[in-house]
Amino acid sequence: MDKGYVPAIHFQQVHYSVEDVHILKEITGSFPEGRITTLVGPSGAGKSTLLKLCNGLLSPDSGEIFIKNIHINSYEPVQLRRLVGIALQSAPMIRGTVMNNMALPKVLQGQTLPEQEATELLDDVGLETDFLYRSIKDLSGGQRQKVSIARTLVNRPRILLLDEITSSLDRSSTQEIEELIVKINQKYGVTIIWITHNLQQAIQVGDYTWVMMEGEVVETGESELLKAPENEKVQRFVKGEGEE
Amino acid sequence: MSYLTLSVTLIFVLIPLVLSKTLKLGLEKDTIIATVRSIIQLLAIGYVLQFVFDTENNLFIFLMVTLMIVTATLNARKKGASIRGITWKVAATLVFVEILTQSILLGFRITPPEAQYIISISGMVIGNSMVLAILFLNRFTAEVEARQGETELILSLGGTPKQAIHSQLTQAIKASMIPTIESQKTVGLVQLPGMMSGQIIAGADPVQAVQFQLLILFLLLTTAAVTSIMLGYLSYPTLFTERMQLIKGK
Repeated sequence: MDKGYVPAIHFQQVHYSVEDVHILKEITGSFPEGRITTLVGPSGAGKSTLLKLCNGLLSPDSGEIFIKNIHINSYEPVQLRRLVGIALQSAPMIRGTVMNNMALPKVLQGQTLPEQEATELLDDVGLETDFLYRSIKDLSGGQRQKVSIARTLVNRPRILLLDEITSSLDRSSTQEIEELIVKINQKYGVTIIWITHNLQQAIQVGDYTWVMMEGEVVETGESELLKAPENEKVQRFVKGEGEE
Repeated sequence: MSYLTLSVTLIFVLIPLVLSKTLKLGLEKDTIIATVRSIIQLLAIGYVLQFVFDTENNLFIFLMVTLMIVTATLNARKKGASIRGITWKVAATLVFVEILTQSILLGFRITPPEAQYIISISGMVIGNSMVLAILFLNRFTAEVEARQGETELILSLGGTPKQAIHSQLTQAIKASMIPTIESQKTVGLVQLPGMMSGQIIAGADPVQAVQFQLLILFLLLTTAAVTSIMLGYLSYPTLFTERMQLIKGK
Protein backbone atom coordinates (compact mmCIF):
# COMPACT_ATOMS: atom_id res chain seq x y z
CA MET A 1 0.00 0.00 0.00
CA ASP A 2 2.92 2.31 0.65
CA LYS A 3 4.27 2.35 -2.87
CA GLY A 4 3.82 5.68 -4.61
CA TYR A 5 3.13 7.55 -1.35
CA VAL A 6 5.34 9.76 0.73
CA PRO A 7 5.51 8.23 4.21
CA ALA A 8 4.56 10.51 7.09
CA ILE A 9 5.85 7.87 9.50
CA HIS A 10 8.00 4.88 8.65
CA PHE A 11 8.84 1.96 10.94
CA GLN A 12 11.84 -0.27 10.30
CA GLN A 13 11.87 -3.49 12.35
CA VAL A 14 10.58 -1.78 15.46
CA HIS A 15 10.49 -3.90 18.60
CA TYR A 16 9.15 -2.93 22.00
CA SER A 17 8.80 -5.01 25.14
CA VAL A 18 7.96 -4.54 28.80
CA GLU A 19 10.01 -6.89 30.97
CA ASP A 20 9.64 -10.21 29.12
CA VAL A 21 6.41 -9.37 27.30
CA HIS A 22 6.86 -8.49 23.62
CA ILE A 23 4.33 -5.75 22.93
CA LEU A 24 5.51 -4.99 19.37
CA LYS A 25 7.45 -7.44 17.21
CA GLU A 26 9.58 -6.31 14.29
CA ILE A 27 7.09 -3.77 12.93
CA THR A 28 7.96 -2.53 9.44
CA GLY A 29 5.75 -0.28 7.33
CA SER A 30 4.60 3.27 6.65
CA PHE A 31 1.66 5.57 7.22
CA PRO A 32 1.07 7.64 4.05
CA GLU A 33 1.23 11.40 4.31
CA GLY A 34 -1.99 13.41 4.23
CA ARG A 35 -4.22 10.33 4.52
CA ILE A 36 -6.29 8.69 7.23
CA THR A 37 -4.92 5.32 8.32
CA THR A 38 -6.88 3.29 10.83
CA LEU A 39 -5.35 0.74 13.19
CA VAL A 40 -7.64 -2.11 14.03
CA GLY A 41 -7.17 -5.31 15.98
CA PRO A 42 -8.10 -6.97 19.24
CA SER A 43 -7.22 -5.48 22.64
CA GLY A 44 -3.58 -6.00 23.56
CA ALA A 45 -2.43 -6.01 19.92
CA GLY A 46 0.02 -3.14 20.61
CA LYS A 47 -1.88 -0.38 18.79
CA SER A 48 -1.71 2.23 21.57
CA THR A 49 1.97 1.45 22.14
CA LEU A 50 2.63 2.03 18.44
CA LEU A 51 1.00 5.48 18.66
CA LYS A 52 3.04 6.42 21.73
CA LEU A 53 6.21 5.48 19.85
CA CYS A 54 5.23 7.92 17.08
CA ASN A 55 4.72 10.75 19.56
CA GLY A 56 7.93 9.95 21.45
CA LEU A 57 6.13 9.13 24.70
CA LEU A 58 7.91 5.77 24.41
CA SER A 59 11.06 4.66 22.60
CA PRO A 60 11.53 1.30 20.87
CA ASP A 61 13.95 -1.30 22.24
CA SER A 62 15.29 -1.77 18.72
CA GLY A 63 14.48 -0.68 15.19
CA GLU A 64 14.15 2.76 13.64
CA ILE A 65 11.30 5.23 13.29
CA PHE A 66 11.34 8.04 10.73
CA ILE A 67 8.99 11.01 10.90
CA LYS A 68 8.79 12.77 7.53
CA ASN A 69 11.94 10.92 6.47
CA ILE A 70 13.93 12.21 9.44
CA HIS A 71 15.00 9.84 12.22
CA ILE A 72 12.79 10.32 15.27
CA ASN A 73 15.79 10.86 17.56
CA SER A 74 16.90 13.80 15.43
CA TYR A 75 13.90 15.74 16.71
CA GLU A 76 13.97 17.39 20.11
CA PRO A 77 11.22 15.64 22.16
CA VAL A 78 9.25 18.87 22.59
CA GLN A 79 9.51 19.67 18.85
CA LEU A 80 8.45 16.11 17.96
CA ARG A 81 5.37 16.19 20.20
CA ARG A 82 4.21 19.46 18.68
CA LEU A 83 4.68 18.05 15.19
CA VAL A 84 2.97 14.74 16.03
CA GLY A 85 -0.07 15.45 18.22
CA ILE A 86 -1.97 12.77 20.10
CA ALA A 87 -5.53 12.69 21.45
CA LEU A 88 -5.84 10.03 24.13
CA GLN A 89 -8.77 7.68 24.66
CA SER A 90 -9.63 9.01 28.11
CA ALA A 91 -9.39 12.67 26.94
CA PRO A 92 -7.61 13.74 30.15
CA MET A 93 -8.30 17.35 31.12
CA ILE A 94 -6.73 19.79 33.52
CA ARG A 95 -9.03 21.47 36.04
CA GLY A 96 -10.81 24.64 34.98
CA THR A 97 -12.56 25.73 31.83
CA VAL A 98 -12.45 24.70 28.19
CA MET A 99 -10.28 27.79 27.59
CA ASN A 100 -7.79 26.67 30.28
CA ASN A 101 -7.44 23.38 28.45
CA MET A 102 -7.30 24.90 24.99
CA ALA A 103 -4.59 27.33 26.12
CA LEU A 104 -2.47 24.60 27.74
CA PRO A 105 -0.20 23.89 24.72
CA LYS A 106 0.57 27.63 24.45
CA VAL A 107 1.03 28.07 28.20
CA LEU A 108 3.63 25.28 28.10
CA GLN A 109 5.55 27.40 25.59
CA GLY A 110 5.21 30.52 27.74
CA GLN A 111 2.66 32.03 25.35
CA THR A 112 -1.04 32.84 25.47
CA LEU A 113 -3.77 31.58 23.17
CA PRO A 114 -5.74 34.46 21.59
CA GLU A 115 -9.47 34.06 22.19
CA GLN A 116 -10.11 34.44 18.46
CA GLU A 117 -7.90 31.42 17.70
CA ALA A 118 -9.58 29.40 20.45
CA THR A 119 -13.07 30.10 19.11
CA GLU A 120 -11.98 29.23 15.56
CA LEU A 121 -10.66 25.88 16.74
CA LEU A 122 -13.83 25.26 18.75
CA ASP A 123 -15.81 26.01 15.62
CA ASP A 124 -13.64 23.53 13.68
CA VAL A 125 -14.57 20.78 16.13
CA GLY A 126 -18.24 21.74 16.08
CA LEU A 127 -18.57 23.45 19.45
CA GLU A 128 -20.24 26.84 19.96
CA THR A 129 -18.24 29.85 21.16
CA ASP A 130 -20.07 29.88 24.49
CA PHE A 131 -18.35 26.61 25.39
CA LEU A 132 -15.08 28.47 25.84
CA TYR A 133 -15.62 29.44 29.47
CA ARG A 134 -17.63 26.41 30.47
CA SER A 135 -16.27 24.22 33.23
CA ILE A 136 -14.75 20.94 32.09
CA LYS A 137 -16.98 19.21 34.64
CA ASP A 138 -20.08 20.25 32.67
CA LEU A 139 -19.03 18.57 29.40
CA SER A 140 -20.35 15.29 28.02
CA GLY A 141 -17.99 12.55 26.84
CA GLY A 142 -18.32 13.62 23.20
CA GLN A 143 -17.71 17.28 24.06
CA ARG A 144 -14.60 16.37 26.06
CA GLN A 145 -13.25 14.45 23.08
CA LYS A 146 -13.88 17.42 20.81
CA VAL A 147 -12.08 19.74 23.24
CA SER A 148 -9.23 17.23 23.45
CA ILE A 149 -8.88 17.24 19.66
CA ALA A 150 -9.13 21.04 19.47
CA ARG A 151 -6.45 21.32 22.18
CA THR A 152 -4.14 19.02 20.22
CA LEU A 153 -4.72 21.17 17.12
CA VAL A 154 -3.49 24.29 18.95
CA ASN A 155 0.08 23.08 18.26
CA ARG A 156 -0.79 22.82 14.54
CA PRO A 157 0.50 19.23 14.28
CA ARG A 158 1.20 17.79 10.84
CA ILE A 159 0.38 14.29 12.10
CA LEU A 160 -2.54 13.57 14.41
CA LEU A 161 -2.73 10.34 16.43
CA LEU A 162 -6.16 9.35 17.75
CA ASP A 163 -6.40 6.59 20.34
CA GLU A 164 -9.91 5.08 20.38
CA ILE A 165 -11.51 8.48 20.78
CA THR A 166 -15.02 7.27 20.01
CA SER A 167 -15.02 4.05 22.02
CA SER A 168 -17.21 5.39 24.83
CA LEU A 169 -19.45 7.67 22.77
CA ASP A 170 -23.01 7.18 21.57
CA ARG A 171 -23.83 6.76 17.88
CA SER A 172 -24.63 10.42 17.30
CA SER A 173 -21.43 11.73 18.96
CA THR A 174 -19.38 9.08 17.14
CA GLN A 175 -20.75 10.25 13.80
CA GLU A 176 -19.93 13.87 14.65
CA ILE A 177 -16.34 12.93 15.52
CA GLU A 178 -16.00 10.92 12.30
CA GLU A 179 -17.11 13.92 10.25
CA LEU A 180 -14.77 16.12 12.24
CA ILE A 181 -11.75 13.90 11.56
CA VAL A 182 -12.43 13.89 7.82
CA LYS A 183 -12.81 17.68 7.94
CA ILE A 184 -9.49 18.16 9.78
CA ASN A 185 -7.77 15.85 7.31
CA GLN A 186 -9.15 17.72 4.32
CA LYS A 187 -8.97 21.30 5.67
CA TYR A 188 -5.47 21.16 7.13
CA GLY A 189 -3.99 18.24 5.17
CA VAL A 190 -3.08 16.59 8.47
CA THR A 191 -2.01 12.94 8.37
CA ILE A 192 -4.27 11.00 10.71
CA ILE A 193 -3.57 7.67 12.40
CA TRP A 194 -6.67 6.44 14.16
CA ILE A 195 -7.09 3.44 16.44
CA THR A 196 -10.63 2.14 16.35
CA HIS A 197 -12.51 -1.00 17.35
CA ASN A 198 -15.32 -0.08 15.01
CA LEU A 199 -14.59 -1.84 11.70
CA GLN A 200 -17.42 -0.06 9.91
CA GLN A 201 -15.87 3.23 10.96
CA ALA A 202 -12.48 2.09 9.66
CA ILE A 203 -14.00 1.25 6.27
CA GLN A 204 -16.03 4.47 6.00
CA VAL A 205 -13.53 7.00 7.31
CA GLY A 206 -10.11 5.48 6.75
CA ASP A 207 -8.17 5.51 3.50
CA TYR A 208 -5.89 2.72 4.68
CA THR A 209 -5.92 0.13 7.41
CA TRP A 210 -3.36 -1.77 9.45
CA VAL A 211 -4.68 -4.87 11.16
CA MET A 212 -2.60 -5.69 14.23
CA MET A 213 -2.62 -8.84 16.33
CA GLU A 214 -0.36 -9.91 19.17
CA GLY A 215 2.19 -7.20 18.47
CA GLU A 216 2.41 -7.85 14.73
CA VAL A 217 0.98 -6.20 11.64
CA VAL A 218 -0.86 -9.05 9.97
CA GLU A 219 -2.48 -7.24 7.05
CA THR A 220 -2.33 -3.77 5.52
CA GLY A 221 -4.02 -2.11 2.58
CA GLU A 222 -6.88 0.12 1.57
CA SER A 223 -9.65 0.07 4.15
CA GLU A 224 -11.86 -1.99 1.84
CA LEU A 225 -9.62 -4.95 2.71
CA LEU A 226 -11.65 -5.35 5.89
CA LYS A 227 -14.59 -6.45 3.71
CA ALA A 228 -12.64 -9.39 2.33
CA PRO A 229 -9.36 -9.95 4.21
CA GLU A 230 -6.84 -12.50 2.92
CA ASN A 231 -5.32 -13.47 6.24
CA GLU A 232 -7.25 -16.19 8.09
CA LYS A 233 -6.75 -14.60 11.50
CA VAL A 234 -8.09 -11.32 10.16
CA GLN A 235 -11.07 -13.11 8.62
CA ARG A 236 -11.91 -14.56 12.05
CA PHE A 237 -11.37 -11.17 13.68
CA VAL A 238 -13.65 -9.42 11.18
CA LYS A 239 -16.36 -12.02 11.66
CA GLY A 240 -16.10 -11.48 15.41
CA GLU A 241 -16.56 -7.72 14.81
CA GLY A 242 -13.82 -6.40 17.00
CA GLU A 243 -12.52 -9.30 19.07
CA GLU A 244 -10.65 -12.29 17.83
CA MET B 1 15.96 10.25 88.86
CA SER B 2 17.21 6.93 90.23
CA TYR B 3 17.13 3.69 88.21
CA LEU B 4 14.59 2.35 90.74
CA THR B 5 12.27 5.28 90.02
CA LEU B 6 12.86 4.83 86.31
CA SER B 7 11.87 1.19 86.52
CA VAL B 8 8.54 2.24 88.10
CA THR B 9 7.81 4.19 84.91
CA LEU B 10 7.45 0.84 83.16
CA ILE B 11 3.85 1.02 84.40
CA PHE B 12 3.33 3.24 81.34
CA VAL B 13 4.43 0.32 79.17
CA LEU B 14 2.26 -2.17 81.03
CA ILE B 15 -0.92 -0.18 80.38
CA PRO B 16 -0.78 -0.43 76.52
CA LEU B 17 0.36 -4.07 76.84
CA VAL B 18 -2.71 -4.97 78.92
CA LEU B 19 -4.98 -2.99 76.59
CA SER B 20 -3.49 -4.67 73.52
CA LYS B 21 -3.90 -8.12 75.06
CA THR B 22 -7.47 -7.45 76.20
CA LEU B 23 -8.61 -6.00 72.88
CA LYS B 24 -6.54 -8.55 70.87
CA LEU B 25 -4.74 -5.79 68.97
CA GLY B 26 -1.67 -7.99 68.54
CA LEU B 27 0.71 -5.13 69.42
CA GLU B 28 2.32 -6.75 72.49
CA LYS B 29 5.43 -7.99 70.69
CA ASP B 30 6.06 -4.67 68.92
CA THR B 31 5.49 -2.75 72.15
CA ILE B 32 8.02 -4.90 74.03
CA ILE B 33 10.58 -4.62 71.20
CA ALA B 34 10.09 -0.84 71.06
CA THR B 35 10.52 -0.54 74.82
CA VAL B 36 13.66 -2.69 74.96
CA ARG B 37 15.18 -0.90 71.96
CA SER B 38 14.48 2.56 73.34
CA ILE B 39 16.01 1.62 76.73
CA ILE B 40 19.18 0.21 75.15
CA GLN B 41 19.51 2.94 72.50
CA LEU B 42 18.90 5.87 74.85
CA LEU B 43 21.11 4.54 77.65
CA ALA B 44 23.87 3.84 75.14
CA ILE B 45 23.58 7.29 73.58
CA GLY B 46 23.54 8.82 77.06
CA TYR B 47 26.95 7.30 77.83
CA VAL B 48 28.28 8.15 74.37
CA LEU B 49 27.15 11.76 74.71
CA GLN B 50 28.72 12.02 78.14
CA PHE B 51 32.01 10.79 76.66
CA VAL B 52 31.83 13.18 73.67
CA PHE B 53 30.93 16.17 75.85
CA ASP B 54 33.76 15.40 78.26
CA THR B 55 36.39 15.04 75.54
CA GLU B 56 35.21 18.07 73.46
CA ASN B 57 36.92 16.49 70.43
CA ASN B 58 35.63 17.77 67.05
CA LEU B 59 36.20 14.38 65.45
CA PHE B 60 33.67 12.77 67.80
CA ILE B 61 31.16 15.53 67.07
CA PHE B 62 31.62 14.90 63.34
CA LEU B 63 31.21 11.14 63.81
CA MET B 64 28.05 11.58 65.87
CA VAL B 65 26.45 13.84 63.27
CA THR B 66 27.52 11.49 60.47
CA LEU B 67 25.97 8.55 62.30
CA MET B 68 22.71 10.48 62.63
CA ILE B 69 22.68 11.33 58.92
CA VAL B 70 23.45 7.75 57.84
CA THR B 71 20.74 6.29 60.08
CA ALA B 72 18.17 8.90 58.99
CA THR B 73 19.05 8.32 55.31
CA LEU B 74 18.66 4.55 55.57
CA ASN B 75 15.30 5.02 57.24
CA ALA B 76 13.89 7.66 54.85
CA ARG B 77 15.04 6.08 51.58
CA LYS B 78 12.62 3.15 51.98
CA LYS B 79 9.70 5.44 51.12
CA GLY B 80 11.27 6.45 47.83
CA ALA B 81 12.50 3.07 46.63
CA SER B 82 10.97 3.72 43.19
CA ILE B 83 13.16 6.80 42.67
CA ARG B 84 16.59 6.12 41.18
CA GLY B 85 19.50 7.10 43.44
CA ILE B 86 17.19 7.97 46.33
CA THR B 87 19.83 7.12 48.95
CA TRP B 88 22.32 9.78 47.90
CA LYS B 89 19.52 12.27 47.23
CA VAL B 90 18.25 11.92 50.81
CA ALA B 91 21.81 11.96 52.17
CA ALA B 92 22.70 15.10 50.18
CA THR B 93 19.55 16.81 51.44
CA LEU B 94 20.26 15.96 55.08
CA VAL B 95 23.89 17.04 54.79
CA PHE B 96 22.87 20.34 53.17
CA VAL B 97 20.22 21.05 55.81
CA GLU B 98 22.70 20.27 58.61
CA ILE B 99 25.43 22.50 57.12
CA LEU B 100 22.97 25.33 56.44
CA THR B 101 21.44 25.37 59.91
CA GLN B 102 24.71 24.95 61.81
CA SER B 103 26.36 27.63 59.65
CA ILE B 104 23.63 30.10 60.61
CA LEU B 105 23.65 29.13 64.28
CA LEU B 106 27.42 29.21 64.65
CA GLY B 107 28.07 31.97 62.12
CA PHE B 108 25.74 34.42 63.87
CA ARG B 109 26.88 33.10 67.28
CA ILE B 110 23.32 32.17 68.18
CA THR B 111 24.60 29.03 69.88
CA PRO B 112 28.11 28.40 71.21
CA PRO B 113 30.37 26.02 69.26
CA GLU B 114 30.15 23.33 71.92
CA ALA B 115 29.42 19.64 71.51
CA GLN B 116 26.28 19.66 73.66
CA TYR B 117 24.67 22.36 71.49
CA ILE B 118 25.86 21.07 68.11
CA ILE B 119 24.88 17.46 68.71
CA SER B 120 21.54 18.17 70.41
CA ILE B 121 20.42 20.63 67.74
CA SER B 122 21.74 18.40 64.94
CA GLY B 123 19.64 15.56 66.36
CA MET B 124 16.51 17.67 66.20
CA VAL B 125 17.28 19.05 62.73
CA ILE B 126 18.22 15.69 61.18
CA GLY B 127 15.34 13.89 62.90
CA ASN B 128 12.86 16.46 61.67
CA SER B 129 14.41 16.46 58.21
CA MET B 130 14.09 12.66 58.09
CA VAL B 131 10.38 12.80 58.96
CA LEU B 132 9.86 15.52 56.34
CA ALA B 133 11.68 13.42 53.75
CA ILE B 134 9.46 10.43 54.54
CA LEU B 135 6.29 12.52 54.35
CA PHE B 136 7.41 14.10 51.09
CA LEU B 137 8.45 10.84 49.41
CA ASN B 138 5.28 9.10 50.52
CA ARG B 139 3.06 11.80 49.05
CA PHE B 140 5.16 12.44 45.95
CA THR B 141 5.29 8.80 44.83
CA ALA B 142 1.53 8.50 45.42
CA GLU B 143 0.83 11.70 43.43
CA VAL B 144 3.02 10.58 40.53
CA GLU B 145 1.32 7.18 40.44
CA ALA B 146 -2.22 8.54 40.69
CA ARG B 147 -1.76 11.35 38.14
CA GLN B 148 0.19 9.57 35.40
CA GLY B 149 -2.48 10.52 32.86
CA GLU B 150 -2.03 14.22 33.57
CA THR B 151 1.76 13.93 33.39
CA GLU B 152 1.55 12.10 30.08
CA LEU B 153 -0.95 14.64 28.72
CA ILE B 154 1.41 17.55 29.35
CA LEU B 155 4.36 15.66 27.87
CA SER B 156 2.27 14.74 24.82
CA LEU B 157 1.40 18.40 24.23
CA GLY B 158 5.08 19.36 24.19
CA GLY B 159 5.61 20.15 27.87
CA THR B 160 8.89 19.51 29.65
CA PRO B 161 9.22 17.01 32.54
CA LYS B 162 9.35 19.94 34.98
CA GLN B 163 6.05 21.28 33.62
CA ALA B 164 4.53 17.80 33.57
CA ILE B 165 5.36 17.09 37.21
CA HIS B 166 5.03 20.62 38.63
CA SER B 167 1.56 20.22 40.13
CA GLN B 168 2.35 16.85 41.75
CA LEU B 169 5.64 18.19 43.09
CA THR B 170 4.15 21.29 44.71
CA GLN B 171 1.28 19.23 46.16
CA ALA B 172 3.77 16.87 47.80
CA ILE B 173 5.97 19.72 49.08
CA LYS B 174 2.97 21.50 50.60
CA ALA B 175 1.51 18.34 52.12
CA SER B 176 4.80 17.42 53.78
CA MET B 177 5.26 20.91 55.26
CA ILE B 178 1.73 21.31 56.61
CA PRO B 179 2.25 19.26 59.84
CA THR B 180 5.27 21.41 60.81
CA ILE B 181 3.42 24.67 60.18
CA GLU B 182 0.18 23.52 61.80
CA SER B 183 1.89 22.19 64.92
CA GLN B 184 3.64 25.55 65.36
CA LYS B 185 0.30 27.35 65.28
CA THR B 186 -0.89 25.53 68.42
CA VAL B 187 2.42 25.29 70.25
CA GLY B 188 2.11 26.55 73.82
CA LEU B 189 -1.70 26.26 73.63
CA VAL B 190 -2.25 22.58 72.91
CA GLN B 191 1.21 21.16 73.48
CA LEU B 192 4.39 22.08 75.27
CA PRO B 193 7.37 21.01 73.15
CA GLY B 194 9.42 18.16 74.60
CA MET B 195 12.68 20.03 74.66
CA MET B 196 11.21 23.01 76.51
CA SER B 197 9.39 20.76 78.96
CA GLY B 198 12.60 18.83 79.58
CA GLN B 199 14.54 22.01 80.32
CA ILE B 200 11.86 23.27 82.71
CA ILE B 201 11.74 19.91 84.52
CA ALA B 202 15.52 20.02 84.78
CA GLY B 203 15.18 23.37 86.59
CA ALA B 204 15.91 25.88 83.82
CA ASP B 205 14.32 29.32 83.75
CA PRO B 206 11.00 28.88 81.82
CA VAL B 207 11.49 32.11 79.84
CA GLN B 208 14.96 31.02 78.77
CA ALA B 209 13.55 27.58 77.90
CA VAL B 210 10.89 29.29 75.76
CA GLN B 211 13.52 31.41 73.99
CA PHE B 212 15.51 28.30 73.14
CA GLN B 213 12.38 26.50 72.03
CA LEU B 214 11.51 29.40 69.70
CA LEU B 215 14.94 29.10 68.14
CA ILE B 216 14.30 25.41 67.50
CA LEU B 217 10.83 26.05 66.07
CA PHE B 218 12.17 28.62 63.61
CA LEU B 219 15.00 26.29 62.74
CA LEU B 220 12.54 23.49 62.01
CA LEU B 221 10.62 25.73 59.60
CA THR B 222 13.75 26.14 57.50
CA THR B 223 14.48 22.44 57.85
CA ALA B 224 11.01 21.55 56.59
CA ALA B 225 11.08 23.90 53.61
CA VAL B 226 14.62 23.09 52.50
CA THR B 227 14.21 19.32 52.94
CA SER B 228 11.00 19.02 50.92
CA ILE B 229 12.01 21.41 48.16
CA MET B 230 15.56 20.13 47.74
CA LEU B 231 14.52 16.48 47.80
CA GLY B 232 11.71 17.25 45.36
CA TYR B 233 13.95 18.96 42.84
CA LEU B 234 16.61 16.27 43.17
CA SER B 235 14.03 13.49 42.72
CA TYR B 236 11.75 14.48 39.87
CA PRO B 237 14.30 14.36 36.99
CA THR B 238 14.96 10.67 37.67
CA LEU B 239 11.32 9.88 36.87
CA PHE B 240 11.98 10.75 33.22
CA THR B 241 14.29 9.51 30.49
CA GLU B 242 16.61 11.73 28.45
CA ARG B 243 13.90 11.74 25.75
CA MET B 244 11.45 13.26 28.28
CA GLN B 245 9.46 10.06 28.76
CA LEU B 246 7.83 9.11 32.04
CA ILE B 247 9.49 5.97 33.41
CA LYS B 248 6.77 3.53 34.40
CA GLY B 249 8.65 0.57 35.80
CA LYS B 250 9.60 -0.81 32.40
